[in-house]
Amino acid sequence: MQASLTTAERQIGTGLAVTLALGGLVMAAAARHGVMAVHGAMALALGLGLVFRLGAVLYDVAPAGLDRASRYDDGPTRFGIWMTLTWAMIGMVAGVWVATLLYWPEATPPWPATSFGRLRPVHTTGIIFGFGGNALIATSFWVLQRTSRARLADALSPWVVLIGYNLFCAWAVTGYLMGTTQSKEYAEAEWYADLWLVVVWVIYFTLYLRTLARRAEPHIYVANWYYMAFILVVAMLHVVNNIALPVSWAGAKSYTVWSGVQDAMIQWWYGHNAVAFFLTAGFLGMLYYFLPVRSGRPIWSYRLSILSFWGIVFFYIWVGSHHLHYTALPYWVQTLGMTFSVMLLVPSWASAGNAIATLNGAWGRVRDDATLRFMFVAAVFYGLSTFEGSFLAIRPVNSLSHYTDWTVGHVHSGTLGWVAMIIFGAIYSIVPQLAGREAMAWPKAVEWHFWLAVLGTLVYVIAMWNAGITQGLMWRAYDANGALSYSFLQSVQAMAPYYLLRAIGGAMFLGGAVLCTLNCRATLRQSRTRDLAHDRPLAAQPAE
Amino acid sequence: MILRLHYNLEKLSMGLVGAIILAASIGGLVEIAPLFTIDETIEIPADLRPLTPLELAGREIYMREGCYACHSQMVRSLADEIDRYGPYSLASESAYDHPMLWGSKRTGPDLARLGEKYSDAWQVAHLTDPRAVVPASIMPAYPWLMQPLDTSGLSGALATLARLGVPYDAAMIQGAEADALAQSRPDSAAAEAFRDRHGDRPALRAFDGDPSRLTEMDAVVAYLQSLGTQTAAAHLAQEGTAP
Repeated sequence: MQASLTTAERQIGTGLAVTLALGGLVMAAAARHGVMAVHGAMALALGLGLVFRLGAVLYDVAPAGLDRASRYDDGPTRFGIWMTLTWAMIGMVAGVWVATLLYWPEATPPWPATSFGRLRPVHTTGIIFGFGGNALIATSFWVLQRTSRARLADALSPWVVLIGYNLFCAWAVTGYLMGTTQSKEYAEAEWYADLWLVVVWVIYFTLYLRTLARRAEPHIYVANWYYMAFILVVAMLHVVNNIALPVSWAGAKSYTVWSGVQDAMIQWWYGHNAVAFFLTAGFLGMLYYFLPVRSGRPIWSYRLSILSFWGIVFFYIWVGSHHLHYTALPYWVQTLGMTFSVMLLVPSWASAGNAIATLNGAWGRVRDDATLRFMFVAAVFYGLSTFEGSFLAIRPVNSLSHYTDWTVGHVHSGTLGWVAMIIFGAIYSIVPQLAGREAMAWPKAVEWHFWLAVLGTLVYVIAMWNAGITQGLMWRAYDANGALSYSFLQSVQAMAPYYLLRAIGGAMFLGGAVLCTLNCRATLRQSRTRDLAHDRPLAAQPAE
Repeated sequence: MILRLHYNLEKLSMGLVGAIILAASIGGLVEIAPLFTIDETIEIPADLRPLTPLELAGREIYMREGCYACHSQMVRSLADEIDRYGPYSLASESAYDHPMLWGSKRTGPDLARLGEKYSDAWQVAHLTDPRAVVPASIMPAYPWLMQPLDTSGLSGALATLARLGVPYDAAMIQGAEADALAQSRPDSAAAEAFRDRHGDRPALRAFDGDPSRLTEMDAVVAYLQSLGTQTAAAHLAQEGTAP
């Protein structure tokens, strides 16, 4: 981090680190005990760590030849990829473990922190925000600079964004283990963590706009539209869904201002659009950059990319209410949610089709290059799971699938098959370049990872389809006398083989991710500096 | 024409920002804003009571342990759900729930109509070791619920909820800690004061079987026994399904 900073930036950085440490101290002192005190102590420790790191080199002369203006700023991306992989390990291990507990509940240790209900949000937050979020931020810096042919607007704020964001993730996850949660799905972090994320997000978006303002290309490339939609809409969703009144400024507990049916609607407006704008829009940005670059083919249709972008931004916002079919939510809102969910298939398939058609003429590369294959499979799964999503949103289908493991299977065909695959494709594209090498250190391991990931996803998703449909049918089965055929418990017992298979599928996927992490480590260890004439800002621009 | 317009829009970062915000706001505004006016016309049942301090403490523990990840509290208006669980849920039933706990997954059964379906002793045994009561259960055990309940934040919690519109009066807020204790001690002098403040309907029992100590188990069982009993509206709305 410090190597690329000037003396003045190191001083400002040290100042920010001192502020963070003091803030943590105040927080810990005000709370005195409980989760908030621990979180204050974590901020204090992080701040002090950064003070030492920057303070040690405060007045060192900047390394000779620090010609920043003619290079992209890839240090933050490198750190972001490390955090992506770290959270992948945390989130996926937690996921495989809780999956195992469903098959083998006696394995739960008698400690509160290792109970299923506390580890489950560790899995979801670890994967969505830790793994997915870090990947989005890290790749957005990479893509933004290259599609703008300009260096990031300043050297310090990308670090503030990444370090601040990871503090949010760490606060959230450790909070659940200690028993703090808002209990709003995918927005479980407590009020001060939510506020902190808003600060980080504003810095992130400002940096994005400032860098765009320096671009040497007149047009803003489509990948950036998606990244911007991701940043903007996630901010809107996050703020509205998390409005809460703390019981005390010195404690973690707060109550959401929303209640009952409004809370349910806002929660799933947030929840489904976390899928749309966190897990889809940002990753489409990733796809629109890395797929053409890796395959050497331009995006198949420019018009189709415009259509699908605005279609996704406009339609997705409406669909959250399909999570609430047959509930106490007014019927017309359910119907709107269903209708827009079906219409959403058009822009979704336009994106997926555009991606796949881009590969026309490059199928030989798809066959030979596992990295490109990751991206191809991601586009295929994106198409499949958006079709499944529209299908599940239809009211009668939803009456069978809702509350069952079919939903879990659907989510994972999206997250494993689409989101994780495109992340791995992007990582395998970036990491060799970061290391100044032609390829990953262990090309064979990329192949292994690919097949483990594909097989693991298929095993997982097929097991959950079977589980969900079985559950749904058992719950609604009547015998000849008009009585329910099965007790709830019988439907639980019927799940055992599928839960076992799911844990195995998840473990295979995790195995592939471990290979990826080791491979990245081996590759980055042998980093060389290499200057590519084409991979640099177009002009060394003067400051704005 | 439109392509031409878009061609120019792509050169303006603030133009894109504005267009994204506009496009992404409409759906939410149309679907969410009317719910707040509907709320004024939805009748809050006259008999809807807010949770007692002990039940609220139990709800906090329910959230803390992530129970909502496997149990819904929302009976859908489908025949098999009404036959299995009871009357379908009404919007007004969760009007005081900050946040709602409708849930999204049934790894275990729905709990919206759980109150008074099983005895306190069954609930305690089941939470302590589910497989001792239901051998095929895959629910985790919660032996640590036998630890003492921390009641110190309850007044603050009630006060905060009152500010958000839950009908807790000043006496309820002031007496929250005492009432939490009293609700698990039917024979104590404080029990009468509890009845004065919270009425006759909430259960007043030694939920964990031992009136001499106030545990998290007391709170969780009190909460579980309150589910679906805060109002009879759902039963009345669906004649013939009376409990």
